[in-house]
Amino acid sequence: METREFARVGEQMLAETLPNGLPVYVVPKRGFNKKYAFFATSYGGADRRFLFGGQWLDTPAGIAHFLEHKLFDTKDGNALTDLAMNGASPNAFTSFEMTAYHFSCTEKFEENLKILLEFVSVPYFTPESVEKERGIIGQEIRMIEDTPQHAVYYNFLKALYENHPVRDTIAGTVESIGEITAQTLYDCHKAFYTPANMVLCVAGDVDAPAVCEIAQALLPAEAGAPPMKEQLPYSDKPKQEKREVRMEVSTPLFMAGAKAQPGGGLRQELAGNLALDYLAGKSSPLYTRLYNDGLITGDFSAGFESGRSFSISAFSGESRDPERVMAEIRAELRRVLAGSPDSERMERAKKAALGRIFRELDQFESICYDQADAHFRGEEALRKAEVMDTLTADDALTFLHSSVDPEKLVLSAVRPR
Amino acid sequence: MNEAVRKEIMPFVYLTCLQTTKFKTGSLSLNLLTRLEHTTAAKNALLPRVLLRGFAGHPTMERINAALEGLYGARLEPMIRKKGEIQCVGLYADFTDDLYTKGEPVLEQMAALLGKALLSPVMKDGRFLDENVEGERRNLCNEIRSIVNDKRTYAVTRLVELMCDGEDYAVHKLGRLLEAEEITTEALTAHYRALLPTAAIEIFYCGSASPERVETALSDALTNLPRTEPDFGLGTEIRMNALLDEPRIFTEALDVSQGKLGVGFRLGNCMEAPDYAAILLFNAVYGGTVNSKLFLNVREKLSLCYYASSMIEKHKGLMLVSSGIEFDKYQVALNEILAQLDAVRSGQVSETELLGAKGALITDLRAILDSQLQLEDYYLGQVIAEEPTAGPEALARRVEAVPLEAVVQIAKGVEQDAVYFLKGLEEEER
Repeated sequence: METREFARVGEQMLAETLPNGLPVYVVPKRGFNKKYAFFATSYGGADRRFLFGGQWLDTPAGIAHFLEHKLFDTKDGNALTDLAMNGASPNAFTSFEMTAYHFSCTEKFEENLKILLEFVSVPYFTPESVEKERGIIGQEIRMIEDTPQHAVYYNFLKALYENHPVRDTIAGTVESIGEITAQTLYDCHKAFYTPANMVLCVAGDVDAPAVCEIAQALLPAEAGAPPMKEQLPYSDKPKQEKREVRMEVSTPLFMAGAKAQPGGGLRQELAGNLALDYLAGKSSPLYTRLYNDGLITGDFSAGFESGRSFSISAFSGESRDPERVMAEIRAELRRVLAGSPDSERMERAKKAALGRIFRELDQFESICYDQADAHFRGEEALRKAEVMDTLTADDALTFLHSSVDPEKLVLSAVRPR
Repeated sequence: MNEAVRKEIMPFVYLTCLQTTKFKTGSLSLNLLTRLEHTTAAKNALLPRVLLRGFAGHPTMERINAALEGLYGARLEPMIRKKGEIQCVGLYADFTDDLYTKGEPVLEQMAALLGKALLSPVMKDGRFLDENVEGERRNLCNEIRSIVNDKRTYAVTRLVELMCDGEDYAVHKLGRLLEAEEITTEALTAHYRALLPTAAIEIFYCGSASPERVETALSDALTNLPRTEPDFGLGTEIRMNALLDEPRIFTEALDVSQGKLGVGFRLGNCMEAPDYAAILLFNAVYGGTVNSKLFLNVREKLSLCYYASSMIEKHKGLMLVSSGIEFDKYQVALNEILAQLDAVRSGQVSETELLGAKGALITDLRAILDSQLQLEDYYLGQVIAEEPTAGPEALARRVEAVPLEAVVQIAKGVEQDAVYFLKGLEEEER
């Protein structure tokens, strides 16, 4: 395996692409008890339309997430049980553009890794088991429907995008998952769960060459060509300026922000977060003003999320007056865009960002998730601190100019009934 | 990682240090331990927020945040917890470890900030500033009102409030809205002056610095801490049995699409001389893991819910089961939850179930060693359980040795005390 040094953060990463096409990354963490494996495919809730077997396939909302649930079933039972039986804590999640299966354990790492790779790569469903899962996921969807944070996020996306799969919740609806059959699940698995479309990231004090040997032996020998996904044309025009719903909440929740051209890399993501922190972070004039006026609480946050097919800058929190918060954000944006940056404050924002990067390096989950995400974009997550060191105030302002248009902000609010 | 070192550095001020170089961040927390009571809970919850609005050298929040950002994005946050019937009023700091700040020592600077926040908050005419108290009171009230937003947590909170009505444990860690709304600047200032000298103080540090260096930093930072006779009555009343012969049933309705079922139990006689290793293992077998009886039967076998799990409040001796279900599955789910407890009581636990539960629990305990936030919370819990330096590894080894009979014995003593069901408004009308 190739050893890559990241002196800036005091870490190492071993990397190799196996003969079967699977990229493997190992970040050795000496002195930790925990060992963590993260096996992910570049396929998520937003990848609904793709070219498969020569024709475009349209799949129902919620299918990637349904598949995530069903893969835990094995011919002999359930992988969740097998892993738990071995003392591992397994879990999985589906985001818009990734589905990941992971476990942490302190013992029997290699045995657990075999279970992980096997259940994810060998699907086993029956019409009965698919039917039963509909009940469980139906309850998960009900839970999501009662969660105001989900409502505020999805309505934000619906306000931004006219025609885009991120308008639908990742778990789908009770109706959309009604269309899922064992066959559609098999098709999606065949299309996206091939070694070349996946990545294995491991953190912990493990035997790295053994990880590679296990993955080469257990996974299909063929790399498989990742299917072509539908590329939607980007329009900077939001669908609507405001969306709101009423739910059982005490104080209104809001999410305000803008969309940007998707597909940017690590540097853009770091510049974006630096810029938003400069604009609305805890020591910014905007934050202080809003907080002192009682318009936001300590939960207020601003962040940039960037994917293959969507890219958003969002300001969110709780407020008695979301419209006013959005108006203040807009005014501050105009002010910052018109003036020159406060270099001392920008330096502080950079130091704070570096601190956050270091903090994440104590979390195995973030190390592996970040590396998987970076891999799918052809980058290395452990370079974050180095890249941050090189960012300037100009980079941050350039981001704001190109990606957060104050005239195209939208607002999503969840209000009390 | 070295063993935890604990020392009384001033009267009733204890410092627990875990020296290690494995993390890239250091953490430092300070907690005032005080009784959990309706009359003071909201004031206690408000206090650290007001302290962090401004203090000597950094009189505004903007200035504090600027200082923290300059210290590599260090965090200094209020942290309110309840452990049994003790309210822990805390300030929690974490910061980039000195090993990664190009030679700039951050620990001493953080200890100084912590000390100033605690001892030298901004005051005018001997009182906190009205605008700081008002602003934070509004935030606290909002937060108390927001408890209802997360229905899963809300249902468990309501279960505890209703089941433990009349016991201090019913008090929410943030206090009640009624009391929070009425806190005045005078009242909060007086409370601060009364609490500061009498509360036992627990300080926790985890990072690369030696205990001696940490002690010096803290002793310097806390030089002016007033100390008088502490509150010796701190502790938790444990009720071993259910209140009535039949479990009490509480039902409420909100506009929700999924029902939330909570079942509350008293742990019973095992709390006379609690063996926490066995209690934790019992919980893991019954409902604490994805291999537990609740998960495998209520969710996987009967497909009744997305989640069904149990948790233990070890200081108070409670077990709380929580599940999200269709409204009309109330009775089926409740029956199954109780049937699974009966299964444990009658010893229907296979060797693999027991081993699986042990494995998962031991992994969780060892994983605590890899997270500073979890370590801090673990050691604070240990202090309250009066085993202050027993680490997660020692507990993991004790879990290893627990026989099935001990689990069965605990299950037999557990008594169901209450059921809480949150249903939809339409159900209510039916």
